[in-house]
This record gives sequence, structure tokens and C-alpha cells, in this order.
Amino acid sequence: MENPIVIENLKKSYGKVQAVDNVSLEVAPGEVFGLIGPDGAGKTTIIRILVSLLSPDSGKVFFLGKDVSKNPVFVRSHIGYMPQRFSLYRDLSVEQNLRFFGDLFHISRAKQGKQMEWLYNFSKLRPFKNRLAGALSGGMKQKLALSCMLMHEPEVIVLDEPTFGVDPVSRHEFWDILKTLAEHGITILVSTAYMDEANLCSRVALLHEGHILAMDKPKTLVQQFQHPIFRLESNQPYSLYTKLKTTEFADSIHLFGDGIHFSDKDQLGQRTIVRKLKEWNIEYDSIQPVQANLEDLFLERMR
Amino acid sequence: MNRNYSDGEFAVEVSKLTRDFGHFRAVDAVSFSVEKGEIFGFLGANGAGKTTTVRMLCGLLMPSSGTAAVGGFDVYTQVEQIKNSIGYMSQSFSLYEDLTVRENIQFYGGVYGLKRKEIRRKTEELLDYLNLWDHADQLTRDLPLGWKQRMALSTAILHDPNIIFLDEPTSGVDPASRRDFWLLIYELAERGKTVFVTTHYMDEAEYCDRVSIMKQGKIVEIDKPEVLKEKYGSESMQQVFINVVSEVIGE
Repeated sequence: MENPIVIENLKKSYGKVQAVDNVSLEVAPGEVFGLIGPDGAGKTTIIRILVSLLSPDSGKVFFLGKDVSKNPVFVRSHIGYMPQRFSLYRDLSVEQNLRFFGDLFHISRAKQGKQMEWLYNFSKLRPFKNRLAGALSGGMKQKLALSCMLMHEPEVIVLDEPTFGVDPVSRHEFWDILKTLAEHGITILVSTAYMDEANLCSRVALLHEGHILAMDKPKTLVQQFQHPIFRLESNQPYSLYTKLKTTEFADSIHLFGDGIHFSDKDQLGQRTIVRKLKEWNIEYDSIQPVQANLEDLFLERMR
Repeated sequence: MNRNYSDGEFAVEVSKLTRDFGHFRAVDAVSFSVEKGEIFGFLGANGAGKTTTVRMLCGLLMPSSGTAAVGGFDVYTQVEQIKNSIGYMSQSFSLYEDLTVRENIQFYGGVYGLKRKEIRRKTEELLDYLNLWDHADQLTRDLPLGWKQRMALSTAILHDPNIIFLDEPTSGVDPASRRDFWLLIYELAERGKTVFVTTHYMDEAEYCDRVSIMKQGKIVEIDKPEVLKEKYGSESMQQVFINVVSEVIGE
């Protein structure tokens, strides 16, 4: 069977800015595929082309085996799309919003009822079904928007930074829901600017300035990281960092919340590193090897 | 990280601070203090009362009861002094996109009431510092997001305040720019500035000297990130936060 989302050599520029530069990727059935990258990496452009709202300069996009540029009506009626700024009707209740989206997609009332029951099970919005959408908390609005786009039972859903500005507990809950949907066989493409969410995806593409820096399972990506990382801790992180910047280690250090990460490209090993730091009279509290994370990988590849 | 900053002086001192909106108690007898030169992370779920607290500390909202002093000034009676001693930068920072870099700096200098000579000096200082001379006369909209963010912080502190409030400062920037931004924050703290950060992103919490976690109007945890991680047996602040706050799921 062909993969539900196939993107081949996609290019799109806005004036002089190459927003998407030769991106190719495929999303397999039931996958939670993450487009991970900062603002301006090209995430939204890729998504808008996929849902037929934007034409590429070149390259092909296939949705359920059909060429998106030739079948926009098919795409729009079969895909579930949650844009960055989703719109709910604030003065309609939760249930009225769900019915409205059901009606838009010509779903029969009976079928709508069934689908709503299923959606209430994991959104936990049932107790709030008569509450106005405008009176919901941020996390609940997010879940309602997700439910609305699932009313027509799409096999593939596409979400553009759904967790932006949402607190960690609601984000956690939202990702749990995505996981449940994937277990029901729904294929999910989701974008985020936050690396910690990458670990919740089955596969990710790290995007930067329109390029894919790396693409694989999150675990495989960090295991592939070629050299060891050491973490240096100090109660004067800023002065330690500025001192290290004046040494031959300058290009191998990065500031992290839990300390300074040194990526040991030349395979010096801990003993040599410690000796050099002593030679240079650089003081620190501790040094230990740590597992590289996706941010280490991103920092290395984006140079 | 365990940064050394303590000299026992407080930049923010809050005792039993409370704010009601009608029958709803948004902030419920909150007490805490932030030391001079500290980087303090102010965390909590949506609707926990963070914004209300910050608004009271910035002199934008009167408390219902309790006391709070910011930079030694009373939030009830010395609002103007507070506004002069704090800088504020939000996630939707307010640079003028169709002004050049230089014009933005000059504009904010004017807003903060700096004299013309000072503005000229500050402009040069800042362009040096941010390494933006080559882009001084370029429109702000054409700058990469990471540069805009550093510029927004720099303009928010043109009047040399001692306390800086940052509201989700690094949302959406790439990992390298985020590090540049945090280096800037560390540098400010080294110079004795107090940095008060609110954020939903727990990797930012890891950079703070201490964090507090708010839940339903109350501060339920306040300590160093590594102490909280140990207390909850978690490897990340993300997990600590979820453990502390998760009882409010579903509201």
C-alpha cells in the first residue's frame, strides 16, 4: 500500500526567501510524524501545500495516492486540518461547534451523534458539552478544535503547532490524545517548535531554513550522534562559558539549562579534557558523560 | 545550575499577596522573595494566577490585600518608581517592524524619557553590543527572529532597570539563537540585574536559579530545579511540573 502522505522534492520561495528547499518525506499509515523546527524553518509552508491551500514552485505532493495540485477538492474533503490559528465559534456551545463541523462535511445527524460520543471519550469534554466555546480554558479549546476536525472521520490529520502557548500539563494530555488516535489507525502529521515534543513522535524531520537536517525515529537520531557529549557543571556557568570560549574548545561548547555541553568531536576522552581544563586553570564543579539529545543534534547539523 | 548570586538583598518581596475578581480568587495569599541578581522562573498552568501576579508586581493591577515590594518600592503607593525600575518583554514583543533597527532604539529611548545625548550613546552601545552595525538602517521586519528577540530585550532595558520581567521570551526561536538569548540573560544577572521569567517551556526553567510553581492561585513549590527534580525523582522539570500540577486536569 502506498503511504498516505508522499512529498517529493518540494520547493517554495517567497521573493528571495527559499522557505522550502527540496524537501522529500513520506508518512506511513498510523504514524505520528513530527515536523520539528524553529519559526521560519518551513513547517507551515509544507503543511499549507499539503492541504492544497498553497501551490509549490516545484515538486510533487501525493495525498492518499492522489496528486494534491490536481485534486484539491478530494484533499479538502478527506483530510483533517488544524491550522495554527484555529477558529471555533465562541458563542456556540461545545456540542453546537461539533455539529456545525459535521454539517459542513455533510455527515448525517445519526453519524454525528456516534462520532461525538467517541470524541468525548478521549477529549473528556462531555461534562462541558453545553458550555460556550468562548468560556473554555486554552487546553480545552485546543481539544475542541481537534475534535471538530475529526467529525468527518478523516484517515489523515495535519496539525500546525497545536500546542503553541499551552501549559505543560495540557500539552502532555494533548499528545496522549494524538497517540490514542494513531492507535486507531489515524495518520498524523504534526509540527512544533519544541524539541521536547519530538520524543513523542514515532518519526521526525528536523527542519531548519527550509532544509531537512535529519530524519528518523527520535531514538535512532540521538543514537546516531557520532561523538560523546560531556556535561560541565559550575555555579558560575556564565563565567565558565566565557572562559571556555577563549580556548580551543570554543566551537564545541553549548550552553544548556543543566550545564555546559562539550561535544567531543576529536574523541579526546574525559581524562584529556580534564587535564586541559586544569592546564588552562579553568574551574568547574563536575564533568560527566551524558546522552546526546535532539537539541545537540540540531545544533551540530545547523552550522 | 547552581549559580552564585546571593548577597542577601531582595529585588522582589511578596507577602500574602491576594487578588480577587468578583467571587474568584485569582491569587491566594502568595508569599515569596527573589534575591538581587537571581534568575527566577515563575511557572504554572494556564489560569493558575501567574499573569495576575506579574501584573500586580509591574504596577498594572492593584492587589486586593497583602504586600509586595519591587526594587524596594511599594506596589500600592510607588507605582511610578516601580515602572522606572523594571523592564518588561513579552513573547509578542513590541518592536516596530517598519522602523529600522536604529529608529526602534531611538523611539524606545524617547519613550523612556532619555535625553538626546543619552539616546545617541545608548544607540551606539547597543549596536556594538548586539553586533548590528551592518543592519542598523535595515527594517526590523527583515531581521531573523532570534535577532529581533535579543533586540527586543535590549530595548526593554534601555533605561537600565534593575529588574527585568520576561514573558515566554524564547518561543519559536532556533536552538542556537535561544542559547544566545540565555547568554544575554546570564550576562544581565552577572551585572546584578534580577531576571523574572514566566514560561510554559520547561527547558527554559532548567536555566533558572530557582523556580516557583503556581496552582490554583497558590505557590505550591519553590526551589532550585535540581532540588525539585530530586524531590520528585524526575529527570526533567517537565515531569516535575506534571506531577505537581496534574491534579487540576479537566478543571
